Amino acid sequence: MTIAVAEGITESLATDHRGGFRRRWYRTPSFVLGILIVGTVIGLSLAAPLLTSHSPTDQDLNHVLQGPTSKHLLGTDQLGRDEFARLLYGGRVDLRVAFLAVLFPFCLGTILGCIAGYYGRFFDTIIMRLVDMVVAIPFYVLIIALVFVLGAGARSIYIAITLVGWVSYARIIRGEILVAKRQEYILAAQAAGFRDLRIIARHLLPNVITQAIVFAMSDIVLDILAIVTLGYLGLGIQPPTPDWGGMISDGQAFLTTKWELSTIPGVAVIITALGLSLIGDGLADLLRPE
Amino acid sequence: MDRFAYILRRLLQAIPVVIGVTVIVFFMIHLVPGDPARTMLGLHATPKKVALLHHPWGLDRSLPAQYELFMKRLLHGNLGTSLIYGVSAWSLIWGRLPVTLWLIGYGTVLAILIAIPLAVLAASRKDAVRDQAVRAVPLIGLGFPPFWLGIMMLLAFGLHLGRLFPVGGYGTGPVGHLHSMFLPALTVALGISPILIRSLRASLLQVLESDYITTARSKGISERRVLLRHALRNAVVSTVSVLGVNIGFLVGGTVVIEQVFAIPGIGQLMISSVFQRDFPVVQGVTLIFGIMVVLVYLATDVLHSLLDPRVRFD
Amino acid sequence: MTDAILDVRDLRVEIPLSRGTVHAVDGASFTVRPGEALGLVGESGSGKSMTLRAILGLLPSPGRVVSGEVEFEGQDLASASQRRLRDVRGARIGMIFQEPMTALNPVMRVIDQIAEAPMAHLGQSRSQARSTALDLMRKVGIPDPHRRAQAYPHELSGGMRQRVMIAIALSCEPKLILCDEPTTALDVTIQDQILKLLGALRRDFGVSVVFVTHDLAVVAQTCERVAVMYAGQVIETGTVDEVFHAPRHPYTLGLLRSVPRFDLKRQTLDSIPGQPPDLVMPPAGCRFHPRCRFAQDDCVSGDFPLRPLGAGGGRATACIHDDACVTDVRANPVIADA
Repeated sequence: MTIAVAEGITESLATDHRGGFRRRWYRTPSFVLGILIVGTVIGLSLAAPLLTSHSPTDQDLNHVLQGPTSKHLLGTDQLGRDEFARLLYGGRVDLRVAFLAVLFPFCLGTILGCIAGYYGRFFDTIIMRLVDMVVAIPFYVLIIALVFVLGAGARSIYIAITLVGWVSYARIIRGEILVAKRQEYILAAQAAGFRDLRIIARHLLPNVITQAIVFAMSDIVLDILAIVTLGYLGLGIQPPTPDWGGMISDGQAFLTTKWELSTIPGVAVIITALGLSLIGDGLADLLRPE
Repeated sequence: MDRFAYILRRLLQAIPVVIGVTVIVFFMIHLVPGDPARTMLGLHATPKKVALLHHPWGLDRSLPAQYELFMKRLLHGNLGTSLIYGVSAWSLIWGRLPVTLWLIGYGTVLAILIAIPLAVLAASRKDAVRDQAVRAVPLIGLGFPPFWLGIMMLLAFGLHLGRLFPVGGYGTGPVGHLHSMFLPALTVALGISPILIRSLRASLLQVLESDYITTARSKGISERRVLLRHALRNAVVSTVSVLGVNIGFLVGGTVVIEQVFAIPGIGQLMISSVFQRDFPVVQGVTLIFGIMVVLVYLATDVLHSLLDPRVRFD
Repeated sequence: MTDAILDVRDLRVEIPLSRGTVHAVDGASFTVRPGEALGLVGESGSGKSMTLRAILGLLPSPGRVVSGEVEFEGQDLASASQRRLRDVRGARIGMIFQEPMTALNPVMRVIDQIAEAPMAHLGQSRSQARSTALDLMRKVGIPDPHRRAQAYPHELSGGMRQRVMIAIALSCEPKLILCDEPTTALDVTIQDQILKLLGALRRDFGVSVVFVTHDLAVVAQTCERVAVMYAGQVIETGTVDEVFHAPRHPYTLGLLRSVPRFDLKRQTLDSIPGQPPDLVMPPAGCRFHPRCRFAQDDCVSGDFPLRPLGAGGGRATACIHDDACVTDVRANPVIADA
């Protein structure tokens, strides 16, 4: 069979789920709500300079631990810094790191998962053994240990999360490929003599990637939590850069006087996470084959 | 007899994983290019201190030889010596291990006590108000940073509500532990219940569609018995593995919780060692955590085989 | 029908689905007399299983009974509360299901599953109920009951499991047993054993049976009376003799003719043309008319409830042109008399 005919067959067989998504996305309430929430959060943090004239790092030791006033919408913290500004700018940092941090494990895990699933046997065994080993060490323990070795800060966070987080993606993609590679359109492509890379990239991947994308949504939540937790422990984003985790940690000493210091950043995390989970749920519903 | 052989076989299968864990733990220090001793000492590195570390660490030898040395020491129970306290890392860990084990166990029990009734409540009336309410729990709950939840607990119970529970510490004696560790254990439990609830509810819903549930109802037994003795009993079989994976996550979460509540467990030891750049202790704790998780997975498998008579032991 | 133990009158069951409401049972009426076995026959989708489930209120959700009465021991089960139904289930009416592998709880020992109903209804203690169960296992022909009692369902063969199901249904000595295709999932040889067992138990326990099946031969072998269902409606009732020798509904006739006869040498397989109707939008008038070779203009609209034939009751048909069947059978007998 000619290449063109083979391509035609494989393309038509493979595009079964994609049309449904475009038609239905705005009618799925969870998806829409999620986008709204996340959109608002991202919008607020991007618009930080417009929403407040304060800098998140300026200290004012004459006005510490104040309540909300017209000058400081959410009051000040123990060093007189404006809480509202810290919240917005902290969101910027945390969200940026979280969204970036999910990309690397996604890519690494997808590649390794493809190799394991498509080639099977030797590669599969090695990669899966590696998965078992990484999974054996608790997520946070491994991250903390890696950050210890690599030093604190955003760069280490990216590396640590990548080294630990690829596992879930690899498992998902491998599972999907193991099933998908038995489909007829793949056999057709193989029979037509297409190279492996082409088959994987153009024919298998578009169909199996949806599960990984859905997972990525909950993974961003996980990453936000990890970043914020590391911030709390003092191992994450380093001061003076504002970070929600660091804010919660700073606030713990002042629970009796100004409990909002610790509470509000946490609520921000929860709301962001809720939005992302809703998007994830919505996506899962939408991308499910009819 | 079959079951013993099965457990033995699983134990043997776990060994390569544990070895893999040691490889990871060993390799961590070599992740950064350059002299590992310098990485370890971080800001306090001086050429003198670095040189001092070289020999005991075998850093003057090749990588495989270093690993060999590492493993040899390990098999003798030697996890290295604390750079700060000068005593064996193992003795530091050993003293604090029971505390962490208490926290994990207590937290798991509480999580189960929370998840089961909620999941049963939800699944028994699918899509009703109570089901929607319970489904909201994982949706919102998964976004709660566990340490923040812990702080909120402190705020609510420790400081305001009549100081019901101590704000930290381990307490003495079993009752003391139960009391002091209630808030942290509850925090841990609330951390993993959302996933448990979601998973158990899904299992229950699936089980409730089964034919044997209709048979059970056709006997005219009470709906409560149908739910508990037939549906739940079957649903837990598939949830056990989810619980196992989540305990793995839970174990890691205790590190942070111990910080929040100032609990003297190995998690807190790890954090303080990280700040003090006490690498042998960090390494040792990581290894112990890894072994703990492998054992938890093993226990989960065994539990699963106990709960499901269809599991074959060959 | 004053001595009927079960009297089902115009039962209707609906299942609301997203594509429309399925009228699974749309007018089923029949009676069961004490000690007798009634066969409820029809193709898949005819509503026979749903009818059975509706009697005990065990419809799969979202199905529900929308009208009709199910009179048993002086009360109407169709409108009874869950509590009342639970008192009846197991204790007064037992049920046997089609797939013994999935119909038994996989993580519960067989003996405990049999003992459950006696503990709930007869107030027996666990040890009493267990010995009752052992006794029952012996009665249903399970060899070496002591050893088998501790087994889990997956450790037993299909025939054994079905015997366990029968033991469960009989455990409180009910007055009526509902059987939902109990032998369909079994090997032919085992089928025969189970049917003979059911016959023997029926005599020993004096229990009435409603036997749902699509297999006419099974009905002929085990039942005294039969009710034929099509598209959710009971369209003919009578004794097995009456209905099989002289069917009075074209559908019944078609069914009987489509059974292969091994005694005739040259024969094309007679089947009923067309497909069973969609139960969301069934045909107007007589449900069978699109496939009926005797159909006439007046079959196309209107309602056709069961019409009693002759005196004595029990013999009825829904067809208004049943004389056509009589003529057809006279010309071409369905069953050669032995």
